Amino acid sequence: MKKRIVKIVICVVLLAATLFLLQKLLVPKYATTNEEGILSSEYYANAGNNDVLFIGDCEVYTNFSPVKLWRDYGITSYIRGTPQQLTWQSYYMLEDTLRYETPKVVVFNVLAMKYAEPQNEAYNRLTLDGMKWSTTKLDAVKASMTDEETVASYILPLLRFHSRWSELTSEDFNYLFKTEKLSHNGYLMRVDAKPAGQVPDPVPLPDYTIGPKCWEYLDKIRETCDKNGIRLILIKAPSLYPAWYDQWEKQIEDYAGKYGLEYINFLELADELEMDYNTDTYDAGLHLNLSGAEKMSAWFGKYLSEKCGVEDRRSDAALAAEWAEREAFYEYMKEAQYKQLREEGAVTRYK
Amino acid sequence: MEEFMNILRDIRPDVDFENCTTLIDDKILDSFDIISIITELNSQMDVAVPADQIIPENFNSAQALWAMVEKLLDE
Amino acid sequence: MSFVSLGFLLFLLILFILYYALPRRFQWALLLAGSLVFYAFASPKYLIYIAVTALSTWFAGKLIHDAYAARDAFLKDTPDITKEEKKSCKEAAKKKGRSIMVCCLILNLGILAVCKYTDFAIGTINSLFGTDIAFLRFALPMGISFYTFQSMGYIIDVSRGKYQAELNPARFALFVTFFPQLVQGPISRFDQLSQTLYSEHAFDAQKITQGAWRAVWGFFKKMVVADRLVPVVTGIAQNPDKYAGGYVLALVFFYTIQLYADFTGGIDITIGVAKMFGVDLAENFERPFFSKNITEFWRRWHITMGTWFKDYIFYPVSVSKWMLKVSKWSRAKLGTQLGKRVPVYLSTILVWLATGIWHGASWNFVVWGLLNCLVIIISQELEPLYAKFHEKCAFSNTRGWDIFQMFRTFWLMAFLRVLDVYRNVPLTFRMVPTIFSSKGWSEMFSGGMLKFGLEVRDYIIVAIALVIFLIVGILQGKKPVAEQLAEKPLVPRYLIVWILIIVILVFGAYGIGYDATQFIYNQF
Repeated sequence: MKKRIVKIVICVVLLAATLFLLQKLLVPKYATTNEEGILSSEYYANAGNNDVLFIGDCEVYTNFSPVKLWRDYGITSYIRGTPQQLTWQSYYMLEDTLRYETPKVVVFNVLAMKYAEPQNEAYNRLTLDGMKWSTTKLDAVKASMTDEETVASYILPLLRFHSRWSELTSEDFNYLFKTEKLSHNGYLMRVDAKPAGQVPDPVPLPDYTIGPKCWEYLDKIRETCDKNGIRLILIKAPSLYPAWYDQWEKQIEDYAGKYGLEYINFLELADELEMDYNTDTYDAGLHLNLSGAEKMSAWFGKYLSEKCGVEDRRSDAALAAEWAEREAFYEYMKEAQYKQLREEGAVTRYK
Repeated sequence: MEEFMNILRDIRPDVDFENCTTLIDDKILDSFDIISIITELNSQMDVAVPADQIIPENFNSAQALWAMVEKLLDE
Repeated sequence: MSFVSLGFLLFLLILFILYYALPRRFQWALLLAGSLVFYAFASPKYLIYIAVTALSTWFAGKLIHDAYAARDAFLKDTPDITKEEKKSCKEAAKKKGRSIMVCCLILNLGILAVCKYTDFAIGTINSLFGTDIAFLRFALPMGISFYTFQSMGYIIDVSRGKYQAELNPARFALFVTFFPQLVQGPISRFDQLSQTLYSEHAFDAQKITQGAWRAVWGFFKKMVVADRLVPVVTGIAQNPDKYAGGYVLALVFFYTIQLYADFTGGIDITIGVAKMFGVDLAENFERPFFSKNITEFWRRWHITMGTWFKDYIFYPVSVSKWMLKVSKWSRAKLGTQLGKRVPVYLSTILVWLATGIWHGASWNFVVWGLLNCLVIIISQELEPLYAKFHEKCAFSNTRGWDIFQMFRTFWLMAFLRVLDVYRNVPLTFRMVPTIFSSKGWSEMFSGGMLKFGLEVRDYIIVAIALVIFLIVGILQGKKPVAEQLAEKPLVPRYLIVWILIIVILVFGAYGIGYDATQFIYNQF
């Protein structure tokens, strides 16, 4: 009898192990394709000691450079931005971060306030799959799911990605047990430039009202910051496109006014930032490139240290050593991308 | 009894009704045969077999069938 | 609640643990509670329908029981009555039993008819008389055809005195609502099912694992094959203008495979799950595609439905007084040879008409039923010819000839079945002959078959699965595969199950992009 039980246990363990391996193999790796998917999982190795936390969509992870903030102002920061991160997801990113550390300043980019409902299954996966398991993640999943999704497919991503068996590439085997580090504390670098040129005129919308679910979660972000003594700053990145309507601007300004929050619209500060949309964006006005991101960081770092009193921590030897490594990686990637530009005429890989 | 056996033989000349005891269990008789037997019994021997008597136990062998017929005649 | 859902697996797990953890005398009550929860999840609005059927049938059974008990008591207490008096007492009880049964039948078949066939009738009237009566669109409670037929079989048996009525309404409700068989049968008989449904079950590891294997096999059939083929079948059938000729042949083939995998797979899950709770359900299939003719096919496909129609429609109609009169009349008028066929064929036609209507409220199914009937009658008539052929031709006894017959039966059934999927009967008859035209053929093989969301790899998976079906079918001929598997040493045994689970998880057509996964037989 005892022998039988041992055998059965072995069988079950083997089955579980196989399923685990299969899942590892079948989930997307985000190492050399759709690299943005790696962002949400990279945080955990860099948790702790970040004074500033950025939350939001691509308008945070392409527009601020934590390495620049450190270099110029000694500010430690992390960007927990993910593709089309929706307001509720930003809230849960904040909650998730608070499990590891309490930053002094939280910066929230308000573009996602235009999405009142869950949008896109694939973007949900990019944001949520990388999060470590906790009740926070479960809540984030529940808040984010579109009609076709199930909680189970987040618990066991194999259920979502099983049909990738026919699309496996060498990437899936190469990165079975390792990941590719790609971001600089959440910043995804691009050095190439594509002039903005003529940006399409904004299309009038039938309704400019920001949805109740967005306000609900912005309230939660604000309340959580209050409770933890965190200074909350709302920003709108200086991206020319997608359009940011005056009607939205008004609602955000009113909200900031009502609760005494700082709100910085970088679109209005383009001149002060010396932003040149011919050289500072890599995709004609949507996302800033390295040059643009460093201009933003230079301005914002000054704001953070002068207006918000975020400390200069360059004198901390341990921290300095950590950041020296990050600077080296930053320089390495920068050089690698310039090399691609020189030799291949375009940036096709981050490294 | 002989009249009865003739009815059976007439319907399925290929079946050994004297000895076989698994006419239904071995699917030797199909539903067409069963209905034929019942209608023949009715027209030739004036026995009415009700539907609730159509169970394997009554049709598995000629003896069982005959026992059923006798019981029905008796009632 | 669909079988192919994590919700169902979770439900099963909880019920399973409770079932073997609670004292055994509560087991049947737990099954009843579980079945009601299952039904409530599927369609809470319709609990009332199944409750009406369960309670009315229980009550009718009890009334019949009381009438028969009174008869028995009377016969026992007054032993010295004459034979005539005895007979009239029996007759009176029988008559009473019969009228209670008829009332019960009218009520429950009435509910079924109203729910299922009202719109069919309205549609037919509209098209016949050019009227414009609005459809009523009654909702169809889950499994209504199955549980109604099961209950009606019970009440007929009770009135026939085949077995005693179940007097406990809760126990009877379990017979009607037992969750594994709610969705798509099998249609159980009370005397068979009650043997294991109410008894106390110890934790029988052997039986439980065999049940689990059977269910896993069912999931394989449904998820890897049936659900994968849904887009091709619906794609071709719903766009007859685009897909004719060769595509129709592909439809005929793939629909039959899909139906087979879906229905037999569902039944495998049903029987396997019931077994895990110690309950033995009747088999509903016996390797149907190994049949050599259509009569045999119908003995081996959806068996519990076939025997239901045979026992409760075919026999009673064939031996009814009215039919015996018809028989006498036809013999007198048409001669013995021809005349004796009339009652059998009349009953056969009636049964197939009923079978067709049972499958769905549309003319497609009526025509389908009658075509089946036609094939059966023709083959019955050709019987003497076959006998001669077998005598004359030696090769007709070879294995090759058997295989040819199986092949022929498969395609015959497949072609009849295509009536299920086309919108209406005329369209079906218009589309099928296009197979013999040149339409579609070259387009099909130059990428046409890849337009339905299936890639080459999907067809390869289906082909491999069909080979596995065939091997398992051949093995099954000896004895149940689960038993054969149980005799294997532990490592290969678990390895097979293990691979099957992984294959289902990886190659199953489920999740986003494959959301066509409801049981086809869901609302029959």
